[in-house]
Amino acid sequence: MIYMDNAATTRLSERAFEAMRPYMMEQYANAAGTYSFAAASSEAIEKARAQVASVIGARSSEIFFTSGGTESDNWALKGAVLASPKPKKHIIISAIEHHAILHSAQALERQGVEVTVMPVDADGMVDPAAVEAAIRPETVLISIMAANNEIGTIEPLEAIGEAAHRHGVLFHTDAVQAFGHIPLDVEKMHIDLLSASAHKFHGPKGVGLLYIRKGVKLGVFMDGGAQEKKRRAGTSNVPGIVGMGVAAEQARAQMEAVIASESAVRDHLIERIEKEIPYAKLNGHREKRLPGNVNFCFRFIEGESMLMLLDAEGICASSGSACTSGSLDPSHVLLAIGLPHEIAHGSLRLSLSEETTMADADKVVDSLKVIIPRLRSMSPLYEDFVRHQQ
Amino acid sequence: MYTEKVMDHFMHPRNVGEIEDASGVGTVGNAKCGDIMRIYLDIDENQIVRDAKFKTFGCGAAIATSSMATEMIIGKTVQEALEVTNKAVMEALGGLPPVKVHCSLLAEQAVHAALWDYAQKKGIVIEGLKPPVNDVDELDEEEG
Repeated sequence: MIYMDNAATTRLSERAFEAMRPYMMEQYANAAGTYSFAAASSEAIEKARAQVASVIGARSSEIFFTSGGTESDNWALKGAVLASPKPKKHIIISAIEHHAILHSAQALERQGVEVTVMPVDADGMVDPAAVEAAIRPETVLISIMAANNEIGTIEPLEAIGEAAHRHGVLFHTDAVQAFGHIPLDVEKMHIDLLSASAHKFHGPKGVGLLYIRKGVKLGVFMDGGAQEKKRRAGTSNVPGIVGMGVAAEQARAQMEAVIASESAVRDHLIERIEKEIPYAKLNGHREKRLPGNVNFCFRFIEGESMLMLLDAEGICASSGSACTSGSLDPSHVLLAIGLPHEIAHGSLRLSLSEETTMADADKVVDSLKVIIPRLRSMSPLYEDFVRHQQ
Repeated sequence: MYTEKVMDHFMHPRNVGEIEDASGVGTVGNAKCGDIMRIYLDIDENQIVRDAKFKTFGCGAAIATSSMATEMIIGKTVQEALEVTNKAVMEALGGLPPVKVHCSLLAEQAVHAALWDYAQKKGIVIEGLKPPVNDVDELDEEEG
C-alpha cells in the first residue's frame, strides 16, 4: 500500500505509542486526583505541555489541551465573541478555511455576529492589506489558517498578525496542517490563538490544543470541571496528551530535515505529473506550499472514479470532488481559487509524510498515467474536447 | 460502500465507446454537478436495440449504472428499453448507496434521451416517451 493521505491523518509514531502505553494500563489515574498515584499523570501532562509549547515559541502556561482541531477552532471563534465586551461584534475569516472555522462562523452569524469572508487569489493566498481594510471598530477576531489542508498554500501570517495588532484585534490561526510541519512562532507572527491537532503530525487521534496568549480573554466553550486552569473542562486525556507531546518533540527536532526530504519528493511528483500528463493543473502556491502537499486537477474526469482506480492499485489519496464532499458541489477551496465546477470535480490531493519515498512517487505517477487516459477515454467531455480540437 | 456488482461494472465497464451514425444519441447530466452520461443506440428496422454504447463523466456509481443500463437494453425493443427503470438498474447492481441513487436516474434519463433522439430522427412516436428534461450544461467552449 502507498499511503498519500497524510493531510487526513498520519500514522502514530512508534515513540509516541510507547510513551502512551503506560498511561493506559499502569498509570491510569485521573490527573486531577489528590493521591500520589495521580502525580505521575499530572507530571506527564505538564511535560507534554512544555513539549508542544516549544514548537511554536509559546510558554507552557499558554497551552490548553482539547479533543482536537475542531474543538480548538470552535473554542477560539465562539470564545472570543463570547468574551468581547463590544456591543456589536464582527469577525474576519477567509474563504478557504476548514469547515470547523466556516461552520463556527456561520453559527455565530445566525446569532447576529457579522462575518467578513476574505477572498483568496488564484494561488489561495489571502491579501493582508485587504484583511486590514476589512477591520472595523466592532471587529473582535481575525481567523486565517496557517496553511490550507487541500491545496497546501501557506498564508502570510506575520503580515496579517501585524495588521490585527495594529488595530487591537485578536488574531487566531488554524494551524492544524502547519503545526510540526513548518516553522511557526507566535511572537514573530503576532498570534493570539492557535489551533493544532495531534494526529496530523504522527500523534494520536482525539487530542489537540489551543494556544491562548497570556492575557487574552476567551469565553469557556466546554463547561464542567476545573481542568486546564478552569478554562477547558473534561477529564484530561493523559495518554493522548503524552503522545502528542512526544510527537511534537519529534516533529520539532526533525523539522528541517523532513522539510528538505519531503519537498524533494513533492517536487518530483509535481514535475513528473506536469511533464507526463496533459491537461493537468497544479492547485495552490508553487513556492509557499506545505512540503507534503500535491494537488492537481485533471480535466475531463471526476475525482471519485480516479480515487477508486488508485485504490485498486493500493494507493490512498483524496479528492475535492462533489462525490467525496457529500454534496453536489466540489470543494469550497477549489471554487474559491476560481476553478469552474467541472474542473474542480477532477481534483486529486496527494499528501506525503517523511516515510513517502521517491519510488512511491514514481509508482503513483505511473499509475496515474494509466488511470487518467482510461477515464478520459470514457468521458463525453473529453470526446467533445477532442472533436472540438479537430 | 459499493456492492461487488457495482465494483465489477466500474472496474470492467461494458459497452464503453461511441457508435458512428447512431440511430439515437442522448446526453444528460450537468458538468457542474459532476455527472454527464451519453448513450448511443443502434436500432434496427424492427425497432430492436442492436447495440448500445456509453460515455460517462462521473463517479464510480455513474460509470457502473451506465454500463449496466446499456447491458440491459441491448436486444430489447425500443418499447422494452423504455421500460428499463432506474430501479431495475439499481436492483441489477445489487443496490446503490442513497447518495448515489441519482446516478441510476441519470442512466434512465440518458436511455430515454437517446430513444427520443431516435424517434425524432425517424419521425415516429414511442408510446410513453417524454422529451428529455435534463438540458446539459456542455463544457464551455473555452478549451485550449
